[in-house]
Amino acid sequence: MLEIKDLKVKYGGITALDGISMKVPDGKIITLVGANGAGKSTTLRSITKLVTPVSGSVKYEGRELTHMNTQDIVKMGITLVPEGRHVFADMTVDENLMIGAYLRKDKENFKRDIGFIHEMFPRLKERAKQLSGTLSGGEQQMLAVGRALMSNPKVMMMDEPSLGLAPLVVKDIFNIIQKVNKEKGVTILLIEQNANAALKIADYGYVMETGKIGLEGTGEELLANERVKELYLGKSK
Amino acid sequence: MLVIPAMADLLQQICNGLLLGSLFALVAVGYTMVYGILRLINFAHCDIFMMAMYIAFFTVAADFKWWFISFVVVLVITALLGMGVEKVAYATLRRQNAPKISMLISAIGASYLLENLATVIFTGKPKTFPQIPFFVDMIQLGSVRLQRLAVIVPVVTFVLMGVLLLLINKTKAGMAMRAVSKDLETAKLMGINVNGTISFTFAIGSAIAAVGAILWGLKYPQISPLVGVMPGLKCFIAAVIGGIGNVKGAVIGGIILGFVEVMAITFFPSISAYKDIFSFVILILILLFRPNGLIGEKIAEKV
Repeated sequence: MLEIKDLKVKYGGITALDGISMKVPDGKIITLVGANGAGKSTTLRSITKLVTPVSGSVKYEGRELTHMNTQDIVKMGITLVPEGRHVFADMTVDENLMIGAYLRKDKENFKRDIGFIHEMFPRLKERAKQLSGTLSGGEQQMLAVGRALMSNPKVMMMDEPSLGLAPLVVKDIFNIIQKVNKEKGVTILLIEQNANAALKIADYGYVMETGKIGLEGTGEELLANERVKELYLGKSK
Repeated sequence: MLVIPAMADLLQQICNGLLLGSLFALVAVGYTMVYGILRLINFAHCDIFMMAMYIAFFTVAADFKWWFISFVVVLVITALLGMGVEKVAYATLRRQNAPKISMLISAIGASYLLENLATVIFTGKPKTFPQIPFFVDMIQLGSVRLQRLAVIVPVVTFVLMGVLLLLINKTKAGMAMRAVSKDLETAKLMGINVNGTISFTFAIGSAIAAVGAILWGLKYPQISPLVGVMPGLKCFIAAVIGGIGNVKGAVIGGIILGFVEVMAITFFPSISAYKDIFSFVILILILLFRPNGLIGEKIAEKV
Protein backbone atom coordinates (compact mmCIF):
# COMPACT_ATOMS: atom_id res chain seq x y z
CA MET A 1 0.00 0.00 0.00
CA LEU A 2 1.17 3.43 -1.00
CA GLU A 3 0.06 5.96 1.56
CA ILE A 4 0.29 9.71 1.25
CA LYS A 5 -0.25 11.85 4.29
CA ASP A 6 -0.62 15.61 4.48
CA LEU A 7 1.78 16.19 1.60
CA LYS A 8 2.76 19.80 0.94
CA VAL A 9 4.73 21.08 -2.03
CA LYS A 10 5.72 24.61 -2.90
CA TYR A 11 7.22 26.02 -6.08
CA GLY A 12 9.04 29.11 -4.96
CA GLY A 13 6.42 30.85 -2.84
CA ILE A 14 3.45 29.25 -4.58
CA THR A 15 1.70 26.37 -2.88
CA ALA A 16 1.09 23.53 -5.33
CA LEU A 17 -0.03 20.86 -2.86
CA ASP A 18 -1.71 22.02 0.30
CA GLY A 19 -1.69 18.93 2.46
CA ILE A 20 -3.15 16.06 0.49
CA SER A 21 -3.75 12.56 1.85
CA MET A 22 -4.62 9.48 -0.13
CA LYS A 23 -4.27 5.72 -0.10
CA VAL A 24 -3.36 3.44 -2.97
CA PRO A 25 -4.03 -0.17 -1.86
CA ASP A 26 -2.19 -3.03 -3.59
CA GLY A 27 -3.77 -4.43 -6.74
CA LYS A 28 -6.28 -1.61 -7.21
CA ILE A 29 -6.76 1.08 -9.80
CA ILE A 30 -6.89 4.44 -8.10
CA THR A 31 -7.48 7.60 -10.04
CA LEU A 32 -6.82 11.22 -9.33
CA VAL A 33 -8.93 13.57 -11.40
CA GLY A 34 -9.18 17.32 -11.47
CA ALA A 35 -8.71 20.40 -13.59
CA ASN A 36 -5.49 21.69 -15.08
CA GLY A 37 -3.15 23.06 -12.43
CA ALA A 38 -4.95 21.35 -9.55
CA GLY A 39 -1.68 19.62 -8.56
CA LYS A 40 -2.18 16.14 -10.00
CA SER A 41 1.17 15.94 -11.74
CA THR A 42 2.89 17.48 -8.76
CA THR A 43 1.52 14.68 -6.60
CA LEU A 44 3.07 12.00 -8.81
CA ARG A 45 6.28 13.95 -9.16
CA SER A 46 6.67 14.25 -5.42
CA ILE A 47 5.99 10.53 -4.91
CA THR A 48 8.93 9.79 -7.24
CA LYS A 49 10.98 12.60 -5.68
CA LEU A 50 11.34 14.55 -8.92
CA VAL A 51 9.96 17.29 -6.70
CA THR A 52 10.92 17.58 -3.05
CA PRO A 53 7.96 18.11 -0.74
CA VAL A 54 8.05 20.73 1.99
CA SER A 55 6.36 18.48 4.52
CA GLY A 56 4.19 15.40 4.85
CA SER A 57 4.93 11.79 4.19
CA VAL A 58 4.77 9.22 1.41
CA LYS A 59 5.05 5.66 2.64
CA TYR A 60 5.34 2.49 0.62
CA GLU A 61 5.58 -0.89 2.31
CA GLY A 62 6.29 0.90 5.54
CA ARG A 63 9.22 2.88 4.15
CA GLU A 64 9.32 6.64 3.94
CA LEU A 65 9.92 7.71 0.32
CA THR A 66 10.37 11.42 0.93
CA HIS A 67 13.89 10.78 2.24
CA MET A 68 14.88 8.54 -0.67
CA ASN A 69 16.12 9.47 -4.14
CA THR A 70 14.34 8.70 -7.40
CA GLN A 71 16.60 5.77 -8.21
CA ASP A 72 15.85 4.00 -4.92
CA ILE A 73 12.14 4.66 -5.25
CA VAL A 74 12.16 3.07 -8.72
CA LYS A 75 14.10 0.17 -7.20
CA MET A 76 11.25 -0.36 -4.73
CA GLY A 77 8.94 -1.02 -7.66
CA ILE A 78 7.28 2.33 -8.18
CA THR A 79 7.34 3.62 -11.72
CA LEU A 80 5.94 6.71 -13.40
CA VAL A 81 4.80 6.96 -17.01
CA PRO A 82 5.38 10.67 -17.46
CA GLU A 83 3.01 13.13 -19.02
CA GLY A 84 3.73 13.56 -22.72
CA ARG A 85 5.20 10.04 -22.83
CA HIS A 86 8.85 11.10 -22.99
CA VAL A 87 10.07 8.13 -24.97
CA PHE A 88 13.72 8.39 -26.01
CA ALA A 89 13.02 9.55 -29.55
CA ASP A 90 16.37 8.74 -31.10
CA MET A 91 16.58 5.27 -29.65
CA THR A 92 14.83 2.30 -31.16
CA VAL A 93 11.68 0.82 -29.67
CA ASP A 94 13.60 -2.13 -28.25
CA GLU A 95 16.29 0.13 -26.83
CA ASN A 96 13.58 2.04 -25.01
CA LEU A 97 12.30 -1.22 -23.56
CA MET A 98 15.83 -2.18 -22.56
CA ILE A 99 16.33 1.10 -20.78
CA GLY A 100 13.10 0.46 -18.88
CA ALA A 101 14.77 -2.63 -17.48
CA TYR A 102 17.90 -0.67 -16.56
CA LEU A 103 17.86 -1.62 -12.89
CA ARG A 104 17.18 -5.30 -13.41
CA LYS A 105 19.89 -7.90 -13.23
CA ASP A 106 17.90 -11.00 -14.28
CA LYS A 107 18.73 -11.58 -17.94
CA GLU A 108 16.49 -14.60 -18.62
CA ASN A 109 13.33 -12.97 -17.32
CA PHE A 110 14.25 -9.88 -19.23
CA LYS A 111 13.98 -11.77 -22.54
CA ARG A 112 10.64 -13.25 -21.49
CA ASP A 113 9.34 -9.83 -20.50
CA ILE A 114 10.32 -8.21 -23.79
CA GLY A 115 8.33 -11.08 -25.34
CA PHE A 116 5.41 -10.27 -23.07
CA ILE A 117 5.48 -6.61 -24.08
CA HIS A 118 5.69 -7.55 -27.76
CA GLU A 119 2.71 -9.83 -27.28
CA MET A 120 0.74 -7.19 -25.46
CA PHE A 121 1.59 -4.51 -27.99
CA PRO A 122 1.99 -6.18 -31.40
CA ARG A 123 2.66 -2.77 -32.93
CA LEU A 124 5.79 -2.43 -30.84
CA LYS A 125 7.02 -5.80 -32.07
CA GLU A 126 6.50 -4.75 -35.69
CA ARG A 127 8.43 -1.59 -35.03
CA ALA A 128 11.06 -3.02 -32.70
CA LYS A 129 14.01 -1.65 -34.67
CA GLN A 130 12.43 1.66 -35.59
CA LEU A 131 13.42 4.92 -33.91
CA SER A 132 10.70 5.61 -31.40
CA GLY A 133 10.47 9.26 -32.47
CA THR A 134 8.85 8.03 -35.67
CA LEU A 135 5.98 6.29 -33.86
CA SER A 136 2.50 7.77 -33.68
CA GLY A 137 1.30 9.31 -30.42
CA GLY A 138 -0.68 6.22 -29.45
CA GLU A 139 2.24 3.93 -30.20
CA GLN A 140 4.54 6.13 -28.16
CA GLN A 141 2.12 5.92 -25.26
CA MET A 142 2.12 2.13 -25.56
CA LEU A 143 5.91 2.20 -25.63
CA ALA A 144 5.99 4.39 -22.52
CA VAL A 145 3.73 1.88 -20.76
CA GLY A 146 5.79 -1.05 -22.05
CA ARG A 147 8.98 0.63 -20.93
CA ALA A 148 7.55 1.19 -17.46
CA LEU A 149 6.44 -2.45 -17.27
CA MET A 150 9.96 -3.61 -18.12
CA SER A 151 11.09 -2.49 -14.69
CA ASN A 152 8.70 -5.09 -13.28
CA PRO A 153 6.86 -2.54 -11.17
CA LYS A 154 4.48 -3.13 -8.31
CA VAL A 155 2.93 0.30 -8.66
CA MET A 156 2.59 2.03 -12.01
CA MET A 157 1.65 5.69 -11.92
CA MET A 158 0.42 7.26 -15.13
CA ASP A 159 0.27 10.95 -15.86
CA GLU A 160 -2.42 11.81 -18.42
CA PRO A 161 -1.97 8.78 -20.67
CA SER A 162 -4.81 9.88 -22.97
CA LEU A 163 -3.44 13.36 -23.57
CA GLY A 164 -3.55 14.31 -27.23
CA LEU A 165 -4.66 10.91 -28.47
CA ALA A 166 -7.56 10.05 -30.77
CA PRO A 167 -10.67 8.71 -28.97
CA LEU A 168 -10.23 5.23 -30.40
CA VAL A 169 -6.64 5.10 -29.20
CA VAL A 170 -7.70 6.37 -25.79
CA LYS A 171 -10.01 3.37 -25.54
CA ASP A 172 -7.08 1.07 -26.33
CA ILE A 173 -4.95 2.70 -23.66
CA PHE A 174 -7.63 2.30 -21.01
CA ASN A 175 -8.04 -1.37 -21.98
CA ILE A 176 -4.31 -1.81 -21.57
CA ILE A 177 -4.36 -0.19 -18.15
CA GLN A 178 -7.03 -2.64 -17.00
CA LYS A 179 -5.16 -5.55 -18.54
CA VAL A 180 -1.91 -4.61 -16.80
CA ASN A 181 -3.80 -4.34 -13.54
CA LYS A 182 -5.65 -7.64 -13.85
CA GLU A 183 -3.08 -9.84 -15.57
CA LYS A 184 0.10 -8.59 -13.98
CA GLY A 185 -1.41 -7.51 -10.70
CA VAL A 186 0.18 -4.09 -10.96
CA THR A 187 -1.32 -1.39 -8.77
CA ILE A 188 -2.30 1.63 -10.84
CA LEU A 189 -2.38 5.26 -9.83
CA LEU A 190 -3.90 7.10 -12.75
CA ILE A 191 -4.10 10.82 -13.35
CA GLU A 192 -6.60 11.96 -15.93
CA GLN A 193 -8.37 15.01 -17.23
CA ASN A 194 -10.68 12.58 -18.97
CA ALA A 195 -12.45 12.00 -15.66
CA ASN A 196 -15.27 10.00 -17.17
CA ALA A 197 -13.05 7.30 -18.64
CA ALA A 198 -10.78 7.19 -15.62
CA LEU A 199 -13.58 6.88 -13.05
CA LYS A 200 -15.19 4.08 -15.05
CA ILE A 201 -12.20 1.79 -14.62
CA ALA A 202 -11.14 2.97 -11.17
CA ASP A 203 -11.81 1.16 -7.91
CA TYR A 204 -11.51 4.39 -6.01
CA GLY A 205 -11.04 7.99 -6.99
CA TYR A 206 -9.91 11.32 -5.61
CA VAL A 207 -10.94 14.68 -6.99
CA MET A 208 -8.36 17.43 -6.68
CA GLU A 209 -9.11 21.12 -6.48
CA THR A 210 -6.27 23.62 -6.35
CA GLY A 211 -3.85 21.65 -4.23
CA LYS A 212 -6.40 19.87 -2.08
CA ILE A 213 -8.46 16.73 -2.24
CA GLY A 214 -12.02 17.98 -2.69
CA LEU A 215 -13.90 14.72 -2.88
CA GLU A 216 -13.23 11.03 -2.74
CA GLY A 217 -15.19 7.85 -3.26
CA THR A 218 -15.51 4.77 -5.38
CA GLY A 219 -15.57 5.23 -9.12
CA GLU A 220 -19.33 4.81 -9.30
CA GLU A 221 -20.00 7.18 -6.42
CA LEU A 222 -17.97 9.91 -8.02
CA LEU A 223 -19.51 9.33 -11.42
CA ALA A 224 -22.93 9.76 -9.84
CA ASN A 225 -21.92 12.80 -7.81
CA GLU A 226 -23.67 15.96 -9.00
CA ARG A 227 -20.72 18.21 -8.33
CA VAL A 228 -18.29 15.98 -10.18
CA LYS A 229 -20.72 15.72 -13.07
CA GLU A 230 -21.02 19.44 -13.29
CA LEU A 231 -17.34 20.30 -12.91
CA TYR A 232 -15.48 17.48 -14.59
CA LEU A 233 -17.83 15.45 -16.71
CA GLY A 234 -19.33 18.35 -18.59
CA LYS A 235 -22.92 17.36 -17.88
CA SER A 236 -25.43 19.82 -16.51
CA LYS A 237 -27.95 18.88 -13.88
CA MET B 1 52.06 34.37 -52.22
CA LEU B 2 50.76 30.92 -53.17
CA VAL B 3 53.49 28.31 -53.01
CA ILE B 4 52.97 24.97 -54.74
CA PRO B 5 54.87 22.42 -52.68
CA ALA B 6 56.81 19.49 -54.14
CA MET B 7 55.05 16.14 -54.01
CA ALA B 8 57.17 14.81 -51.15
CA ASP B 9 56.53 17.95 -49.12
CA LEU B 10 52.83 17.72 -49.78
CA LEU B 11 52.70 14.10 -48.57
CA GLN B 12 54.60 15.14 -45.49
CA GLN B 13 52.13 17.93 -44.84
CA ILE B 14 49.18 15.60 -45.31
CA CYS B 15 50.67 13.41 -42.57
CA ASN B 16 51.13 16.48 -40.40
CA GLY B 17 47.54 17.52 -41.01
CA LEU B 18 46.28 14.14 -39.98
CA LEU B 19 48.51 14.25 -36.90
CA LEU B 20 47.34 17.67 -35.79
CA GLY B 21 43.73 16.84 -36.65
CA SER B 22 43.83 13.68 -34.56
CA LEU B 23 45.23 15.61 -31.61
CA PHE B 24 42.40 18.14 -31.95
CA ALA B 25 39.89 15.30 -32.14
CA LEU B 26 41.08 13.77 -28.86
CA VAL B 27 40.43 16.98 -26.97
CA ALA B 28 37.29 17.96 -28.90
CA VAL B 29 35.57 14.74 -27.85
CA GLY B 30 35.65 15.85 -24.20
CA TYR B 31 33.89 19.13 -25.02
CA THR B 32 31.25 17.40 -27.06
CA MET B 33 30.53 14.66 -24.49
CA VAL B 34 30.03 17.12 -21.66
CA TYR B 35 27.91 19.36 -23.83
CA GLY B 36 25.87 16.37 -24.92
CA ILE B 37 25.06 15.35 -21.38
CA LEU B 38 24.79 18.67 -19.53
CA ARG B 39 24.25 21.21 -22.34
CA LEU B 40 27.21 22.97 -20.81
CA ILE B 41 30.45 24.18 -22.38
CA ASN B 42 33.08 22.92 -20.02
CA PHE B 43 35.58 25.78 -20.25
CA ALA B 44 37.79 23.99 -17.77
CA HIS B 45 38.36 21.15 -20.23
CA CYS B 46 41.37 22.86 -21.82
CA ASP B 47 42.89 23.27 -18.37
CA ILE B 48 42.28 19.65 -17.51
CA PHE B 49 44.22 19.00 -20.72
CA MET B 50 46.99 21.33 -19.48
CA MET B 51 47.03 19.66 -16.05
CA ALA B 52 47.34 16.28 -17.75
CA MET B 53 50.48 17.56 -19.45
CA TYR B 54 51.99 18.58 -16.13
CA ILE B 55 50.96 15.30 -14.54
CA ALA B 56 52.67 13.56 -17.44
CA PHE B 57 55.69 15.82 -17.08
CA PHE B 58 56.18 14.60 -13.51
CA THR B 59 55.31 10.94 -14.02
CA VAL B 60 56.79 10.18 -17.43
CA ALA B 61 60.54 10.02 -17.85
CA ALA B 62 62.12 9.81 -21.31
CA ASP B 63 64.47 6.99 -20.36
CA PHE B 64 61.89 4.91 -18.50
CA LYS B 65 61.28 1.72 -20.42
CA TRP B 66 57.81 1.11 -19.01
CA TRP B 67 56.42 4.44 -20.18
CA PHE B 68 52.98 3.05 -20.75
CA ILE B 69 52.60 2.43 -17.02
CA SER B 70 53.20 6.12 -16.48
CA PHE B 71 50.64 6.83 -19.18
CA VAL B 72 48.01 4.83 -17.33
CA VAL B 73 48.80 6.76 -14.15
CA VAL B 74 48.35 10.06 -16.04
CA LEU B 75 45.02 8.88 -17.46
CA VAL B 76 43.70 7.84 -14.06
CA ILE B 77 44.76 11.03 -12.27
CA THR B 78 43.35 13.20 -15.05
CA ALA B 79 40.05 11.30 -15.01
CA LEU B 80 39.84 11.88 -11.26
CA LEU B 81 40.64 15.57 -11.78
CA GLY B 82 37.84 15.82 -14.35
CA MET B 83 35.39 14.18 -11.96
CA GLY B 84 36.58 16.50 -9.20
CA VAL B 85 35.95 19.60 -11.31
CA GLU B 86 32.47 18.30 -12.07
CA LYS B 87 31.70 17.61 -8.42
CA VAL B 88 32.96 20.97 -7.17
CA ALA B 89 32.07 23.36 -9.99
CA TYR B 90 28.93 21.83 -11.52
CA ALA B 91 27.29 19.19 -9.31
CA THR B 92 26.90 21.63 -6.42
CA LEU B 93 25.06 24.07 -8.69
CA ARG B 94 22.99 21.34 -10.32
CA ARG B 95 21.76 20.18 -6.94
CA GLN B 96 20.28 23.63 -6.34
CA ASN B 97 18.73 23.79 -9.81
CA ALA B 98 20.93 26.76 -10.66
CA PRO B 99 20.28 28.37 -14.05
CA LYS B 100 22.50 27.42 -17.01
CA ILE B 101 24.24 30.78 -16.96
CA SER B 102 25.54 30.16 -13.43
CA MET B 103 26.98 26.84 -14.57
CA LEU B 104 28.71 28.60 -17.45
CA ILE B 105 30.24 31.19 -15.15
CA SER B 106 31.30 28.43 -12.80
CA ALA B 107 33.00 26.74 -15.77
CA ILE B 108 34.93 29.91 -16.56
CA GLY B 109 35.86 30.19 -12.89
CA ALA B 110 37.08 26.62 -12.78
CA SER B 111 39.18 27.30 -15.87
CA TYR B 112 40.89 30.34 -14.32
CA LEU B 113 41.32 28.51 -11.05
CA LEU B 114 43.18 25.66 -12.70
CA GLU B 115 45.35 28.01 -14.79
CA ASN B 116 46.34 30.06 -11.78
CA LEU B 117 46.79 27.03 -9.59
CA ALA B 118 49.16 25.65 -12.21
CA THR B 119 51.05 28.96 -12.29
CA VAL B 120 51.46 28.87 -8.51
CA ILE B 121 52.44 25.22 -8.31
CA PHE B 122 54.50 24.79 -11.47
CA THR B 123 55.54 28.47 -11.98
CA GLY B 124 55.00 30.22 -15.28
CA LYS B 125 58.40 29.16 -16.59
CA PRO B 126 57.91 26.76 -19.53
CA LYS B 127 59.04 23.20 -19.05
CA THR B 128 60.11 20.67 -21.64
CA PHE B 129 58.02 17.57 -22.02
CA PRO B 130 60.03 14.33 -21.82
CA GLN B 131 60.85 13.09 -25.32
CA ILE B 132 60.36 9.34 -25.36
CA PRO B 133 62.51 7.96 -28.19
CA PHE B 134 59.90 5.40 -29.25
CA PHE B 135 57.55 8.22 -30.21
CA VAL B 136 59.85 10.95 -31.48
CA ASP B 137 62.34 8.88 -33.52
CA MET B 138 62.27 9.56 -37.22
CA ILE B 139 61.09 6.92 -39.62
CA GLN B 140 61.23 6.75 -43.41
CA LEU B 141 57.99 6.03 -45.24
CA GLY B 142 58.82 5.96 -48.96
CA SER B 143 59.96 9.47 -49.79
CA VAL B 144 58.58 10.90 -46.57
CA ARG B 145 60.56 11.20 -43.35
CA LEU B 146 58.60 11.78 -40.20
CA GLN B 147 58.41 11.15 -36.50
CA ARG B 148 56.86 7.87 -35.50
CA LEU B 149 54.21 9.99 -33.76
CA ALA B 150 52.72 10.87 -37.14
CA VAL B 151 51.65 7.26 -37.50
CA ILE B 152 50.92 6.52 -33.84
CA VAL B 153 48.65 9.49 -33.14
CA PRO B 154 46.07 8.87 -35.89
CA VAL B 155 46.03 5.15 -35.12
CA VAL B 156 45.55 5.74 -31.39
CA THR B 157 42.85 8.31 -32.10
CA PHE B 158 40.87 6.08 -34.44
CA VAL B 159 41.09 3.07 -32.15
CA LEU B 160 40.05 5.14 -29.14
CA MET B 161 37.15 6.70 -31.00
CA GLY B 162 36.00 3.28 -32.15
CA VAL B 163 36.06 2.02 -28.58
CA LEU B 164 34.27 5.14 -27.38
CA LEU B 165 31.49 4.75 -29.96
CA LEU B 166 31.07 1.11 -28.94
CA LEU B 167 30.90 2.17 -25.31
CA ILE B 168 28.26 4.79 -26.06
CA ASN B 169 26.13 2.68 -28.39
CA LYS B 170 26.49 -0.88 -27.16
CA THR B 171 26.96 -0.88 -23.40
CA LYS B 172 24.60 -0.29 -20.52
CA ALA B 173 26.69 2.63 -19.26
CA GLY B 174 26.56 4.13 -22.75
CA MET B 175 22.82 3.67 -22.88
CA ALA B 176 22.57 5.53 -19.57
CA MET B 177 24.72 8.33 -20.99
CA ARG B 178 22.51 8.66 -24.04
CA ALA B 179 19.38 8.61 -21.91
CA VAL B 180 20.67 11.29 -19.53
CA SER B 181 21.77 13.47 -22.43
CA LYS B 182 18.34 13.31 -24.06
CA ASP B 183 16.04 13.56 -21.07
CA LEU B 184 17.53 13.82 -17.64
CA GLU B 185 14.28 13.53 -15.74
CA THR B 186 13.00 10.48 -17.62
CA ALA B 187 16.43 8.89 -17.22
CA LYS B 188 15.97 9.31 -13.47
CA LEU B 189 12.59 7.61 -13.71
CA MET B 190 14.25 4.65 -15.39
CA GLY B 191 16.33 4.25 -12.25
CA ILE B 192 19.51 5.55 -13.85
CA ASN B 193 22.03 7.05 -11.46
CA VAL B 194 22.21 10.43 -13.14
CA ASN B 195 25.03 11.89 -11.06
CA GLY B 196 27.10 8.75 -11.49
CA THR B 197 26.54 8.84 -15.23
CA ILE B 198 27.62 12.47 -15.42
CA SER B 199 30.75 11.72 -13.37
CA PHE B 200 31.53 8.83 -15.66
CA THR B 201 31.18 11.08 -18.71
CA PHE B 202 33.64 13.58 -17.24
CA ALA B 203 36.04 10.76 -16.38
CA ILE B 204 36.00 9.38 -19.92
CA GLY B 205 36.26 12.81 -21.57
CA SER B 206 39.15 13.78 -19.29
CA ALA B 207 41.00 10.50 -19.78
CA ILE B 208 40.78 10.92 -23.55
CA ALA B 209 42.02 14.50 -23.17
CA ALA B 210 44.92 13.07 -21.14
CA VAL B 211 45.84 10.81 -24.07
CA GLY B 212 45.68 13.94 -26.23
CA ALA B 213 47.83 15.83 -23.73
CA ILE B 214 50.57 13.19 -23.67
CA LEU B 215 50.69 12.97 -27.45
CA TRP B 216 50.52 16.77 -27.74
CA GLY B 217 53.42 17.08 -25.31
CA LEU B 218 55.48 14.65 -27.33
CA LYS B 219 54.79 16.62 -30.50
CA TYR B 220 54.99 20.16 -29.07
CA PRO B 221 57.19 19.71 -26.00
CA GLN B 222 57.00 23.16 -24.45
CA ILE B 223 54.47 23.27 -21.62
CA SER B 224 53.26 26.19 -19.53
CA PRO B 225 50.13 26.90 -17.47
CA LEU B 226 48.44 28.53 -20.48
CA VAL B 227 49.37 25.80 -22.93
CA GLY B 228 45.80 24.55 -23.04
CA VAL B 229 44.13 27.80 -23.99
CA MET B 230 44.67 27.92 -27.76
CA PRO B 231 44.30 24.15 -28.36
CA GLY B 232 41.23 24.22 -26.13
CA LEU B 233 39.66 27.01 -28.16
CA LYS B 234 40.38 25.22 -31.43
CA CYS B 235 39.09 21.91 -30.14
CA PHE B 236 35.94 23.59 -28.97
CA ILE B 237 35.58 25.01 -32.48
CA ALA B 238 36.20 21.52 -33.85
CA ALA B 239 33.36 20.21 -31.70
CA VAL B 240 31.06 23.00 -32.87
CA ILE B 241 31.77 22.61 -36.58
CA GLY B 242 31.25 18.87 -36.30
CA GLY B 243 27.96 19.39 -34.49
CA ILE B 244 28.38 19.76 -30.75
CA GLY B 245 27.06 16.84 -28.75
CA ASN B 246 28.06 14.40 -31.46
CA VAL B 247 31.23 12.33 -30.93
CA LYS B 248 31.75 11.50 -34.60
CA GLY B 249 31.23 15.15 -35.44
CA ALA B 250 33.97 16.18 -33.00
CA VAL B 251 36.43 13.79 -34.63
CA ILE B 252 35.56 14.98 -38.13
CA GLY B 253 35.69 18.61 -37.00
CA GLY B 254 39.09 18.07 -35.39
CA ILE B 255 40.55 16.45 -38.48
CA ILE B 256 39.18 19.17 -40.76
CA LEU B 257 40.68 21.89 -38.56
CA GLY B 258 44.03 20.15 -38.39
CA PHE B 259 44.15 19.75 -42.14
CA VAL B 260 43.10 23.28 -42.92
CA GLU B 261 45.65 24.75 -40.55
CA VAL B 262 48.53 22.68 -41.93
CA MET B 263 47.51 23.11 -45.56
CA ALA B 264 47.05 26.84 -45.20
CA ILE B 265 50.62 27.15 -43.98
CA THR B 266 51.85 24.84 -46.73
CA PHE B 267 50.25 26.79 -49.53
CA PHE B 268 50.61 30.26 -48.03
CA PRO B 269 53.81 30.18 -45.98
CA SER B 270 53.96 33.98 -45.90
CA ILE B 271 50.97 34.16 -43.56
CA SER B 272 52.02 31.30 -41.29
CA ALA B 273 52.23 33.73 -38.39
CA TYR B 274 48.44 34.05 -38.60
CA LYS B 275 47.75 30.32 -38.70
CA ASP B 276 45.38 30.50 -35.75
CA ILE B 277 43.01 32.60 -37.81
CA PHE B 278 41.89 29.73 -40.03
CA SER B 279 40.04 27.84 -37.32
CA PHE B 280 37.96 30.91 -36.61
CA VAL B 281 37.26 31.59 -40.28
CA ILE B 282 36.00 28.03 -40.69
CA LEU B 283 33.90 28.38 -37.55
CA ILE B 284 32.21 31.49 -38.94
CA LEU B 285 31.60 29.86 -42.31
CA ILE B 286 30.12 26.73 -40.76
CA LEU B 287 27.93 28.72 -38.42
CA LEU B 288 26.68 30.78 -41.36
CA PHE B 289 25.77 27.85 -43.54
CA ARG B 290 25.22 24.93 -41.18
CA PRO B 291 24.52 26.29 -37.71
CA ASN B 292 23.99 22.78 -36.32
CA GLY B 293 27.42 21.70 -37.47
CA LEU B 294 28.36 19.25 -40.17
CA ILE B 295 26.64 16.33 -38.51
CA GLY B 296 23.63 18.00 -36.97
CA GLU B 297 21.84 15.88 -34.39
CA LYS B 298 19.37 13.42 -35.76
CA ILE B 299 16.05 14.86 -34.74
CA ALA B 300 12.97 12.67 -34.83
CA GLU B 301 10.16 14.30 -32.97
CA LYS B 302 6.48 13.76 -33.17
CA VAL B 303 3.91 15.20 -30.87
